[in-house]
Amino acid sequence: MSQALRSVLIIGSGPVIIGQAAEFDYAGTQACRALREEGIRTVLLNSNPATIMTDPGVADAIYLEPLTVASVERILDIEQPDGMLPGIGGQTGLNLAMDVARAGVLERTGVRLLGTPIEAIEMAEDRERFRDLLDTIRQPYAPSVIVEGATDAERSAATARAFEAIGVPAIVRPAFTLGGTGGGIVTTREAFEERCRTGMRLSPIGQVMAERYLTGWHEIEYEVMRDAADTCIAVCSMENVDPLGVHTGDSAVVAPVQTLPDAVHQRLRTAALDIIRALGVEGGCNVQFALSPDAAEYAVIEVNPRVSRSSALASKATGYPIARVAAQIAVGRRLEEIPNAITGNTVAAFEPALDYVVVKLPRFPFDKFPRAERELGSQMKATGEVMAIERTFGAALNKALRGLEQAGAGFLAEDAAWSVTLAVLAGWAAGGRRGEHAPIPARTLSHEEAFADVYMNPDGLVAEAGPDTIPASRASLLARFLKPSDSRLWRLLALLRRGVAAAELQRVTGMAPWFLSEMERLAQLERRMHDEGTGLADETLVMAKRACFSDRDIGAISGLDAAAVTARRHALGLRPGYAMVDTCAAEFAAETPYFYATYAATGSEAEAERIERPAALVIGSGPVRIGQGIEFDYCAVQAAATLREDGARAVMINSNPETVSTDFDASSRLYFEPLDEESVMEVIDVETGTGEPRLPALIQFGGQTPLNLVHTLEAGAVPLPGINVEAIERTEERTRFAGMIERLGIPQPEGGIATSLEEARAVAERVGYPVLVRPSFVIGGLAIDFCYGPDDLARQLSAATVVTEERPVRIDAFLEGLEVDVDAVTDGADVLIPGLMEHVERAGVHSGDSVAFFPPQQLSAADQGLIVEAMRRICLEIGVRGLVNAQFIVRADGVYVLEVNPRASRTVPFLSKVTGVPMVALATRVAGGRSLSELGWADGPLPPPPLVAVKSPVFSTAKLRGVDPSLGPGMQSTGEVIGLHRDARVALAKSLLAAALHPPLPGPEGATALISVAPRDEHRLGELGAALAAGGYRFVATPGTAAALRRHGHEVQEVAMAGDTESDLPSILDAIAGGGIDLIINTPMPRAGAVLDAAAVRHAAVAEGILCMTTIDTAIAAAHALEPAAQARIGDVRSLEAWLAHDPPA
Amino acid sequence: MSREVARVTPSLPLPADAVVDPRIGSSGRCLLALEDGAVFAGVAFGATRAGGGDLVVNTSQTGYQEVCTDPSYAGQVVVMTFPLIGNHGRFADDDQSERPWLGGLVVGHATAGVLGRARQIVHLLRATGVPAIAGLDTRALARHLRQTGSLRGVITAPGETDARAGVAAARAVPAWEGQDFVSRVSALRPYEVGARGPVVVVVDLGLKTNIVRSLRRRGARVRVLPHTATTEQVLAPDVGGVVISPGPGDPGRLDEQVDLARAVIEDGRPLLGICLGHQIVGRAAGAATTRLRFGHHAANHPVRDEVSGRVTVTAQNHEVQVVGDSLPSGSGFYVSQRNLNDGTVEGLRHHGKPIETVQYHPEGSPGPLDAAEVFDRFLGHVRAHAPTLRP
Repeated sequence: MSQALRSVLIIGSGPVIIGQAAEFDYAGTQACRALREEGIRTVLLNSNPATIMTDPGVADAIYLEPLTVASVERILDIEQPDGMLPGIGGQTGLNLAMDVARAGVLERTGVRLLGTPIEAIEMAEDRERFRDLLDTIRQPYAPSVIVEGATDAERSAATARAFEAIGVPAIVRPAFTLGGTGGGIVTTREAFEERCRTGMRLSPIGQVMAERYLTGWHEIEYEVMRDAADTCIAVCSMENVDPLGVHTGDSAVVAPVQTLPDAVHQRLRTAALDIIRALGVEGGCNVQFALSPDAAEYAVIEVNPRVSRSSALASKATGYPIARVAAQIAVGRRLEEIPNAITGNTVAAFEPALDYVVVKLPRFPFDKFPRAERELGSQMKATGEVMAIERTFGAALNKALRGLEQAGAGFLAEDAAWSVTLAVLAGWAAGGRRGEHAPIPARTLSHEEAFADVYMNPDGLVAEAGPDTIPASRASLLARFLKPSDSRLWRLLALLRRGVAAAELQRVTGMAPWFLSEMERLAQLERRMHDEGTGLADETLVMAKRACFSDRDIGAISGLDAAAVTARRHALGLRPGYAMVDTCAAEFAAETPYFYATYAATGSEAEAERIERPAALVIGSGPVRIGQGIEFDYCAVQAAATLREDGARAVMINSNPETVSTDFDASSRLYFEPLDEESVMEVIDVETGTGEPRLPALIQFGGQTPLNLVHTLEAGAVPLPGINVEAIERTEERTRFAGMIERLGIPQPEGGIATSLEEARAVAERVGYPVLVRPSFVIGGLAIDFCYGPDDLARQLSAATVVTEERPVRIDAFLEGLEVDVDAVTDGADVLIPGLMEHVERAGVHSGDSVAFFPPQQLSAADQGLIVEAMRRICLEIGVRGLVNAQFIVRADGVYVLEVNPRASRTVPFLSKVTGVPMVALATRVAGGRSLSELGWADGPLPPPPLVAVKSPVFSTAKLRGVDPSLGPGMQSTGEVIGLHRDARVALAKSLLAAALHPPLPGPEGATALISVAPRDEHRLGELGAALAAGGYRFVATPGTAAALRRHGHEVQEVAMAGDTESDLPSILDAIAGGGIDLIINTPMPRAGAVLDAAAVRHAAVAEGILCMTTIDTAIAAAHALEPAAQARIGDVRSLEAWLAHDPPA
Repeated sequence: MSREVARVTPSLPLPADAVVDPRIGSSGRCLLALEDGAVFAGVAFGATRAGGGDLVVNTSQTGYQEVCTDPSYAGQVVVMTFPLIGNHGRFADDDQSERPWLGGLVVGHATAGVLGRARQIVHLLRATGVPAIAGLDTRALARHLRQTGSLRGVITAPGETDARAGVAAARAVPAWEGQDFVSRVSALRPYEVGARGPVVVVVDLGLKTNIVRSLRRRGARVRVLPHTATTEQVLAPDVGGVVISPGPGDPGRLDEQVDLARAVIEDGRPLLGICLGHQIVGRAAGAATTRLRFGHHAANHPVRDEVSGRVTVTAQNHEVQVVGDSLPSGSGFYVSQRNLNDGTVEGLRHHGKPIETVQYHPEGSPGPLDAAEVFDRFLGHVRAHAPTLRP
C-alpha cells in the first residue's frame, strides 16, 4: 500500500533519439512532482543532462548515470528505495526495468516494481503471448507469424515458413525496439527475408513478427488508464490521417476521432478497455487498432503498457495529465479519489470531453539529411511534432502547418521540382471539366498536352524521356507522387489547389474521405481568396481567419501586403478569441489557465481576466528538431519558474505537445499556439490592456525560434528584457559580426562574402583551403560544408545554384584546433562564466555533435584566460543582459572566436547541473534589471567543481536509411548524454557507454577494429593503434592505413577500398558483411570519389549495427576509454549531489 | 426575466460557408435567442422554421445522430459542444427512434459526411421539421448556461434576425415542466420484438432502439407497451420482468406510471428503471425528485456503485434527479450508485426484491457501454425468477 512507500526510483528514457523524445521528460517530471506531493522521496536515474526531470527542484536525488543494470543495482544499494517506477521512461526505461527484474536484482534488494506488473508488460510485448491473450478475450488481430531461431539455419527456415503463411504485403516488426526500429512494410520476398534477418538482429530478444499488412485500413488509437481497483477510462481517442502503414509518430493525427459514428467508436473504446483489463495494466496504456475502410472490421495492432509519445499528445490534447495520474496509480491511488487537476471539482475517473479539434503534425529531419530515404513506413523518422488546437479540422491543420517552423512547410509550400508533374496530373484530372476551376498558380496542361506521352523519372516525377525514365500512366504517376513520404501532405494540397478531386486522391492514398474533403474546402477557400485578389471581401477574410490562414498567407494568396491584411483585420475588430482547455467542454468551472486561439470565439466573452502584472511572456522553442531540442524547453521552463518565484506571472507560448513547458502548471498561463509572428503578437495584445505597456517577452530561452521574431516584437513596441535587435544583428549578421570582433581585437578566421562563384573562388584563394562554406539560403540539401579545393567549391556551389546577389555565401578559412564552448551570464557590467567546455574533436565537427569535457583537460591556463577575457569583452560590447554563448578555436597562433549567440545555448542545462550555477534563473533576473552582485554572484570564471563531466552526442542515423553518419559542420545528433567522474578517463568512458559510442569490450578472443582513415589523419594512427591494441583490439585496414599502422609496429590484415575493383584483396564491404568486425573507424577523405566510397562503408556499418566512428579524435578518445584503469571504475555510480560534494569520495 | 436584450454575438459578418458545409446548404441568417436576453447570431441549416424549448448542453464527442433521434430530448433545444456535427453523415441503423423529437439543434459547424452508405443528418432534421443553427461559439453558450442554469430559447426562422422579437419568443416558450412529452413520443400500440426467450415488458415512455437491442442480445423476447399500459398488461402471467424506459419531461407529472411502478414493486417481479424509469420508480418508492440546475448530458460521467465500489463511465441525459435523502427508510430501497462528480443519485436497489434502477444509460447510444452489466443483472433476475419461462 502507498503508506509503506517512502522512496521511489524513477527511470528516465535517456538521450533524445527518434522515437523517444521530450515526451518522456514531460512524463518523468510529472511523475516526480506527483510522487513528491504524495510525500514520497524521488530518486531519479537518467543519462540525459538536458532534461527538466534531472533538475534539483524536481527530484530529491538525481543520478546522471548510464542506464544500465549495474547503475540501477548500485542506486538501489545506495538509496534503498521501496519501489521502482519503470513505466515513465519510455521503451528504454521499461526495457531496463525488465533487465533489472530478470537479473534477480529486485529479489535481492526487496524493491517492488510499481505500476503495471511485469507480467503484463511481458505479455503486451511478447507478440505470441499477446495474441494468445487476444484470443481469450476474443479480440481480432491481423494474421501474423513469429519469426525466431537459435541458429542462422533455424532463422532462415522460420523466415521461409512465415513467408508461406503471411506473404506480401507484410509488416515486419522486431520485438522490443524503439519507434519501430528495423521494422518496415515489405512487398517482395527478398525484402521480406532481408527485414526478418535484420529485425531478428536488432530485437533484444531476437524475435520479429511478420504480420499481414492491412492495406488501406485506418489507424485509430486510444489512450486508456486503469487503476488497481479495475476502474478504466479512455482519456482520448485519436485518428491517424494517414492510413495504416505510416508509423503513428510520422502520421498526421487528429483528436478526438472525427470520422467514426458513435457505435464504431464505442466498439473500439470497449475493446481497448477489455484489453487493459485482461492485461492487468495499472497506469496508462496506448492501444492501436486498424479499422477497415467501411468500419465493419477491426484488428488490434499493438499495445504499449506505459506512457508514450501518444500519451503526451493525449495529455496536451485533453488537459488530462496521464503521466501524473499513472504515477499516482502506481503508488496505490485510485482514479476515483484523484482530483482532476484542471477543474479541481471533478475526479480523474471523469473522461475528458473536448470541444475543439486537435491536429498533430510530425517534424522531420530531412532538412538536415536531404539524402535520406524520405518514404515513410512502420519505422518512425520524425524527430518532433507540433500540435494545434482549433474548432475545425481544417483550421487546426492550418495552424499546425504554421507551427512547424520549417522553411517551405506552410499551407502554400510547394517544391519547385513538382511543378511539371502537378501540371500533368491537374491536366489529366481536368479532362472533361476544364474551365470549372481556374488553377493556381501554375498552368494546367491542355488536354492534348496532358495526354501526350509522359515519362517518369526514378523520383516519380515527370521528366523528359531518357535512359532512366519510364512511360507513366495516370494511375502510376499519381500513385508514385502520393506515396507516403514527409511531403505527401503538401503534395495533396498542391493537387487539391489545382482542382484534382478529393475523391480521386482518396482512392490513391486510402485516407478517410472526410479528411481530404475538408482539405479540399481549404483549397477552395484559397481559390476564393485568389479570385478576389486585392479586392478581398470582408466575409472572405473572416472565413480565412476562421480557417486559420495567417495574414502572411492571405497576403501571398490575394496579392496584398501581409501588414495590410493585419491592419484591415484589426480595423474590422477581427481578433481571435481565446478558449480554455478544461477537460469537460465547459460543463464544470475550471481553474487551470490553458488556452488556444480561435476566430470561432471572436467576440465571445473572455474566459479569463487579463494576466496580472508584473508578468512576462516566455516564448518556447517549438517542435523538437535537430539543433533545437529539449534543452531549450529546459530553459523556457526555468525562466517561467523564476518569474513565478519572484512574484511575477509567467505566460508561456509554445506549440510542442511533448514538452514540460506546455504542461499546464509550468507557467501562470499557457497559450498553445504556433510561434509565428502573428500568433505571438495576438497573445501579447490580448494580455495587454489599453494604455498599458505591452506584455514584455523573454526571447533568450527558446533557442533560435524566439530570436527570429525579434524584428516583429520590436516593431510592435514589445519590451524585450535584456536584449534588442541591435545585439542580435551584431552577432548574427556575418559582416557586422566580423567588424565588431575586429574592433575588439579578437582574432577570427579569415573569410568573406561572395555573391558569385568567381568571388567565392577569390575569397577561398585569399584565406586558403580548406574553407567552410555557409550558404545564406539552404535549398536542395546544401548545408554548411567544407571545400578542400577549387573543384570542390565549384561543384558545391553549382550543385545548388545558390550564389546570387540575393543569396550570398559566406566563406571562412577552416581552422583546425582545439574547440571550446563558453556560456556566460552578464548583467552588462559583470560577466559570470560558469565554465568552459573543451571539445574532443579538433574543429570541423558541429559543436552539438562533439564529445566535450568540462572542465577543459588540455587547454592551458593561459589560453583559458584569453578565452575568458575575450568572452568578457564580447559580452559587454554586444550589450545583452542575460545569456551569451560563444565558440572559440585555440591554436598555437592564438585564440580565435568562431561564433557568438546572444541567447541560451544547448549546453546551458548541462553546465547548470555540473556547476550548480542556476544560469537561467540568473539570466531571467538580470534581464529583469537586477545585477549579478545583488544576486550574490561575482564577475569572472568560477573555479571548477571537483568532477569531470563529459557530454557525448547521440545519433539516430540508424533509423534513417540513406543517411551518411559521418560528422561534419552540420549537426546530426538528436540528443546527448553525460558521464561524471573525478577521473576524466572514467567520465569519458561512462559518457560513451551511455551514448552507445563505447567500443565493444574485447571478449576472450579479443576484438577487431576495421580502420580506414583519410591521409590527413594518418599521423594520428600511432596514438590510435596503441590505445586500441592496449584495449585488446586487432586490426583490419585499407592499404594506406594499414601501411601507417605497420609503421607503428602493429600487425594488420589488409582489405581493398570499396571502389577498388582491381585489387586481389577482399573488399572492405565484404569484410563488414562477413562478420567478425566489432568497431569501424572511417574518416572522410577530402576527395569526391572517396567520399562516396566512405559513405558506402558507413552505410554498411549502420546496416550491420557496428559502431562506426568518423573522426579520428573521437576514435582516439574512445580507444583510451578501453584502458583497464578506466574500465575498472566505469561502474562508479553516485548522485549528482555526491559528485559535486567537495569532500573526498568514499 | 426582465433583463434587457443583450448584444448579439458575434457582430462580425458570418459567412455561411465557413460554418455550414456548402454541400449541405444553408437558408440564411437566424438567431438563437434566450429568455434572459442573450442573443447569438448564426446560420440556419435545418428546417426553415422557428423552434424553441429548454436549452440543454450535450458534451458528447461522438453520437450526434443518436442524440438527434433520442426521444428524451423531445421539446428541447440541444446545444452540442463538440464543434463539428455531421462528419460521418447518418447511418440508418444508428437511429434511436423513428424520428428526431428535439425542438432544435445548435452547433458550431455543420459538416457533411462524404457519402458512402450514409446520408446526411441534416436531411432528417429538415424532413421532420427540426430547425438548426450553426456558427455559434457553443462553448461560450455552454458557459453562459452554466452560469444561468437552464433557460428557454428559440431558434428563429431563416431571415428573422430581430433580437427583441427572438427574446420575446423565447420567453413565450411553454415551461418544460408543464408539458406532456411522453404521450407524444411513446408507442401507439404494443408490439413484440423476438419470438423466443423470457418475456420482458418495456413500458415505452420514450424508448431508445438500443435498449431493445440490449435486451434482445441477451435472449429476451421484448414486449413494448405504450405509456398507457395497464397493470394487467404489464404484469401479465407470461411476463418475466419489466423495464421502465427513459423518456422526456418531468417525472412529477407521470402519476399513472408511478402507480404502475408501485404495482410492479408490489408484485416483486424483476424491474429495471432507466433514467425517467429510475425517477418513476424512485417516486413510487416515496422519494422526491427535483430539477438539476442544468442537467447532465454527456458520455463521460463516472458513477460509483456504493456496494461494490466499482466505478463505471456512463452516458447521461437527464434534467431531474431523485433526492437521496428523501427516500423513506422503510421503502425497502437504498441508493446504490452515485455520480462521482457531484454526488447525484445514479441508482437505486431494493433490499429484498430484484429491482434496480439507473439514472444513466447503460445502453449508451451515444456513449460508453461500460455499464452494460446492468442488463446482464436484470436478465439474470428475469431467468432466476421465471424458471418456467426459460426457453
